[in-house]
Amino acid sequence: MKFTEDHEWLKIEGDLLVVGITEHASTQLGDVVFVELPQVGSDVEKGEEIVVIESVKAASDITAPVDGEIVEVNDAIVDNPSLVNEDPLGAAWFFKIKVEDTSVIDGFMDEGAYKDYAG
Amino acid sequence: MSELLRTPLYDLHVELGAKMVPFAGYDMPVQYPLGVMKEHLHCRAAAGLFDVSHMGQVILRGADAAEKLEALIPQNVLGLAEGRQRYGFFTNEQGGILDDLMFANRGDHLLLVVNAANKAADIAHLKAHMDGVEEITDRALLALQGPASEEALKSVVPALPDMKFMDVALVDSAFGELWVSRSGYTGEDGYEVSVPEATATDFAKALIALEAVEPIGLGARDSLRLEAGLCLHGNDIDPKTTPVEGNLIWAIQKSRRTGGDRAGGFPGAEVILDQLDNGASKKRVGLQPEGRAPMRAHTMIYASEEAADPIGEVTSGAFGPTLNAPMSMAYVTTEFAASGTRLFGDVRGKRMPVQVVDLPFVPNNFKR
Repeated sequence: MKFTEDHEWLKIEGDLLVVGITEHASTQLGDVVFVELPQVGSDVEKGEEIVVIESVKAASDITAPVDGEIVEVNDAIVDNPSLVNEDPLGAAWFFKIKVEDTSVIDGFMDEGAYKDYAG
Repeated sequence: MSELLRTPLYDLHVELGAKMVPFAGYDMPVQYPLGVMKEHLHCRAAAGLFDVSHMGQVILRGADAAEKLEALIPQNVLGLAEGRQRYGFFTNEQGGILDDLMFANRGDHLLLVVNAANKAADIAHLKAHMDGVEEITDRALLALQGPASEEALKSVVPALPDMKFMDVALVDSAFGELWVSRSGYTGEDGYEVSVPEATATDFAKALIALEAVEPIGLGARDSLRLEAGLCLHGNDIDPKTTPVEGNLIWAIQKSRRTGGDRAGGFPGAEVILDQLDNGASKKRVGLQPEGRAPMRAHTMIYASEEAADPIGEVTSGAFGPTLNAPMSMAYVTTEFAASGTRLFGDVRGKRMPVQVVDLPFVPNNFKR
């Protein structure tokens, strides 16, 4: 599993990357009450705001960590947003994105580097 | 930037693991480890303890204090019985709301509770118009709210008398003399208790030690008051909105209205009485978004999906944990203010449908 500076995690699943948010991010957000996910089939660009998360505190955006095509989204977190607080690294994945080359993941932080980064 | 002020309970908040944030010049707990959602639900199910010591407690003395206060607010102060409290607001010459407040008749004086953000201005305003204004600075103010409040408070303050909503009393206790009112800002039954600074932490600890009581931060205080349909000054009412626009007509007693025996005689009376008689062009309403996405403050409201010009704006919006749905308060043009009217809020460039609904979102549970 790799980590972005925007507190997302990525892992390889076949020729896809699975993306979610870190425990640190879910704790900072507080109780999540609403999630809006991107359209399946949409092409997204790195840095594009593609997910909206609303917590009891505020709205936040999640950006696409890489260029690619959204091939699957996790409707379970739309139906039950509190899953993002309960299991951010597991059941509460956000979307699966098809990339040209999964080795793009090597450009992100590993767990140790992320822990230092997130403090 | 100036140093943040601390309430007498600051050390306790830190000890309890609160996340502290700046609020109205004070370092205040926004949430405890329980989190906003669970704190909110706990308060409605049992009892929650809030530190509201940042609010201003002000005593007005003098034989003519009630008369002098009536010259600043459109409420009936002279007719308020001893041992009773009332909601009111300071108005300006344009009829706008400078601040909202609670005032109580305590026999030989009045006790006011005003908002933290406005207290310096309120006190200056009072002092400019009367003598005998005294700010209380050696007392903390705590709110105990929720259906288990009476039992909880009685267990640490055995001398607590029977009180109903908006009663006030002086009560002897192991924590010194308490100034108790049966009121609050959550829509629940409960109390606000002014306690000497020196014993405030012991008093709070004694309450939190009870099974029914959890400490509650400003985050849940905001979602609780919004569900209860209560205004936050600076958001939902301000010096540019009048009490009529703010849908606070109920708080202006007959004696101060046109035809009343002390009609007018407060700042902005001409504007406010005219609006009372003839209506205002906009009104504060509740909005219930049809989806799950909260519509937060400053969301613009439109009459249709296509309309170019907004007809309103959200002033407070959040997810209601008890309501289990998003909720907002907004000002809309009066022709769109009827309950059941379908409107649209612009959320991130999309027009999302909302319904105008009656306030409160969650029924009040006061001990009348």
